Amino acid sequence: MPMAEMPNIVPALPELFLAGVIMLLLMFGVFQKGGLSDNDEATFRIVSMLSIVTLILAIFLLVPVAGARAVTFAGMFVTDQFAVFCKALVLIAAALGIIVSRDFMERHNIARFEFPILIVFAALGMLLMISANDLVSLYVGLELQSLSLYVMAAIQRDDNRATEAGLKYFVLGAVASGLLLYGASLVYGFAGTTNFDALATLFTSDQEVSTGLIIGIVFILAGLSFKVSAVPFHMWTPDVYEGAPTPVTAFFAVAPKIAALALFLRVMVGPFGDLLVHWQQIIIVVSVLSMALGALAAINQRNIKRLMAYSSIGHVGYALVGLAAGTEQGIKGVLVYLAIYLVMNVGTFACILCMRRGGRMVEGIDDLAGLGKTNPMLAATLVVFMFSLAGIPPLAGFFGKLYVFVAAVDAQLYALAIIGVVTSVIGAFYYLRIIKVMYFDEPLDHFDTPIGREMSFVIGLTSVIVILFFVYPAPILSSAAAAAAALFAG
Amino acid sequence: MLDLPLLTILTFAPLVGVLAILIIRHDDPEVVASNARNVALFVSSGVFLLSLLLWFTFDRTTADFQWVEKYAWMDDFGISYHMGVDGISVLFVMLTTLLTPICVLASWTSINERVKEYMIAFLILETFMIGMFCALDLFVFYIFFEAVLIPMFIIIGVWGGARRVYAAFKLFLYTLLGSVLMLVAMLTMYYYADTTNVIELMGYDFPIDVQKWMWLAFFASFAVKVPMWPVHTWLPDAHVEAPTAGSVILAGVLLKFGGYGFLRFSLPMMPEASLFFTPLIYTLSIVAVIYTSLVALAQEDMKKLIAYSSIAHMGFVTIGTFTLTTQGIEGAIYQMLSHGVVSAALFLVVGVVYDRIHTREIAAYGGLVSRMPAYALTFMVFAMASVGLPGTGGFVGEVLVLVGAFKANTWVAAFAATGVILGAAYTLYLYRRIIFGELTKENLMKIKDMNRREIAIFAPLLFITIWMGIYPSSFLDFMHVSVEHLINQVETSLAQSGMLELAGR
Repeated sequence: MPMAEMPNIVPALPELFLAGVIMLLLMFGVFQKGGLSDNDEATFRIVSMLSIVTLILAIFLLVPVAGARAVTFAGMFVTDQFAVFCKALVLIAAALGIIVSRDFMERHNIARFEFPILIVFAALGMLLMISANDLVSLYVGLELQSLSLYVMAAIQRDDNRATEAGLKYFVLGAVASGLLLYGASLVYGFAGTTNFDALATLFTSDQEVSTGLIIGIVFILAGLSFKVSAVPFHMWTPDVYEGAPTPVTAFFAVAPKIAALALFLRVMVGPFGDLLVHWQQIIIVVSVLSMALGALAAINQRNIKRLMAYSSIGHVGYALVGLAAGTEQGIKGVLVYLAIYLVMNVGTFACILCMRRGGRMVEGIDDLAGLGKTNPMLAATLVVFMFSLAGIPPLAGFFGKLYVFVAAVDAQLYALAIIGVVTSVIGAFYYLRIIKVMYFDEPLDHFDTPIGREMSFVIGLTSVIVILFFVYPAPILSSAAAAAAALFAG
Repeated sequence: MLDLPLLTILTFAPLVGVLAILIIRHDDPEVVASNARNVALFVSSGVFLLSLLLWFTFDRTTADFQWVEKYAWMDDFGISYHMGVDGISVLFVMLTTLLTPICVLASWTSINERVKEYMIAFLILETFMIGMFCALDLFVFYIFFEAVLIPMFIIIGVWGGARRVYAAFKLFLYTLLGSVLMLVAMLTMYYYADTTNVIELMGYDFPIDVQKWMWLAFFASFAVKVPMWPVHTWLPDAHVEAPTAGSVILAGVLLKFGGYGFLRFSLPMMPEASLFFTPLIYTLSIVAVIYTSLVALAQEDMKKLIAYSSIAHMGFVTIGTFTLTTQGIEGAIYQMLSHGVVSAALFLVVGVVYDRIHTREIAAYGGLVSRMPAYALTFMVFAMASVGLPGTGGFVGEVLVLVGAFKANTWVAAFAATGVILGAAYTLYLYRRIIFGELTKENLMKIKDMNRREIAIFAPLLFITIWMGIYPSSFLDFMHVSVEHLINQVETSLAQSGMLELAGR
């Protein structure tokens, strides 16, 4: 029997590294718990620390794979500049996610060592999604991510709302996965292959595209829209965001969004890139609906996590504007947007995690009243994030929007650009309302201080990036440009 | 000329003050507050003194941009950090640097809460305003233009009056909506011309259909800022609720953004569309001049009255701008400058009595002349300047605009002239109700005249108002060449597209 040829593992080095370390960490956690020490919290701390180190090391492992496009594992796995850019974002988001969660988890007696491991697991799934070069590996990566997320949503087992959120997420997520899988099988049935490269060459020929294939693409689109929580597949988002423990929400709002959008871009631009005319309309509609709903539905929210859920729906809409353009510039816009979105959202959620009064978390927007007087530094940074989320220059959020709208105008999608900017004005209203509550209203009792070193670090870092992005934007812009070019080259 | 990045220094020097204020730490809030005041005054005065360099070194014989700086910024879009001033913008920069220290002084005692944050907001505001007038790149301009909203929103919202939240939101959302439409138009410009350099864009010939849409988008932004009827309603609210210094900067500088935008973008970049929409501008401006003057007559609140008079005065500016005559455009710029000084001074005048009696109700005053003679004199000079009495800055601007309007369209001139009469009516009526009459109100019996700080605030403004009225050449000399160049540019462009006949020349 001939030996199967050993696949080239170098392109998948970060993934393999993560997978290996996760096993070790899991064993370490279990043995630590079993006999050596009975202190849950200590184990949690050590595993958290090790997970963060692992994620950071994984970022460094991206360096050797950066560069030319490489396909391996029988065409299932691809890595290129695009993948490296998105993976770096995901790994950073995951590391920050663990950092901001420590304090909360310990206070709420859910400091289980499985939590950071689940985050790393989810990150591994996301890396696989980003590098997927086949509908099958796409699905595998997506499921690895989703299953970790379902568990994370429900990690606060004895809390009704959290378990409800977890269950809801699980059921609806399974439906979405089903849709995606069904679409993938349709595509396979009509095209005869699931490999992205093969699909791409198939569609460049001028043959007519069969209806079945289009339906398959629509199903895949629906599944992916669900994962990025774009309207009309967004219904789960507010409930899950509100119900899940806040650090989990913080993680949900960032890393999975980036990974799913990266996957979205790869699938649409890679195999189906030449079918732009067929899916562009769908993306435009989804994008407009997301922007509009994100702006309008958030106005009446009283809970800040729910508000951030609608805000994230809106932001996905803006990111999709870049995809709707379907050009290299558009993809670059999306990537810049994602990078900035990551920083703004992590910062905002870190602020939300500091909303603690008398040892208890508060989540109402009204609880922020008078924060400008009681906790001036926290309020000032939250103001920065709010203006940035609203897209007011010179803060980073403006540049994200600028780049996607440039692409939209270049692609002659004037109506989309105008709808986009108008919804951003409507959206500005609710971000301003938070500023208003903090600065113009009379103060309540102040929040617990100090907020802790980790939080100060995360909030300080992200707010500095948001404020000073405009001084030296070149690194992010040029790497996003290279990433977008790589996607189109493939 | 000195080899100095003067405009960058002017623009970002206030931020140094911000940093200095940020590091003030002391247990006694009083010490912190007074240190913050001193730093803000010191920095803003320094910026003003530095800006005098512009006055002395500015070459009045060329229409080229001066003190130009250009560095690559966002290379992929060809966006560069590009600054420079010409005869149109240089005086606005000086107006800004003059009014900011005055605002700081005017808030010396009236702002006691969160002084540190207040001064920071004002210094940041100054950075954005100066940057806006100096920017020579489309997106750099846009960033400064819109960023102004952040400190303004905070200033009105935190230190404003009873309905401050409503006013702050209205200001923010109104102007934001206009600005984002302009952003789309700017992206379109970039799409066609493939450059964001303002100087190059002025020479670019956009297709006329596209021009019309772009013009409307820019108009949406500038008309809100000017403000033109019917999108002016945010202004009275913002003025009434803003603290005195906020009103001063709003009337003195922010309203000029719109007029400046028309001159810098609409006319030179979209000449055909500007000509096409001139009747619209005339109509809206005339409605603004007459309607808001009548509304001003009926006001019970001093600040609201002055706010409405601002709208009327800015109506002259838009008329003058679109007459496309030397007199009209120079008059428009002159009117903006003098209005910047005079309306700012009028809001300060209101602030003086408001600080003492804490009401802006006109009916609460009367007969102040017998207790406050210096105040009555100051108020009179600025009221007369607002009316446009010869010998004050207001006169020169109005006359030039009217001359320009007569050349372009007699009816427009006739209607606009009505506004002058109405302006005299409401201003004199206001003056009579506050200053003259018997001093009967109980709480006015012990009112004190202006103190030294207040006199120090008004002295430079008085001086400039009279100077602008008596010897306008020292200001007009700055703009002659640039305005001539602008008109040439527009006419050449119109001649090429064969629309010069339409322009009546």
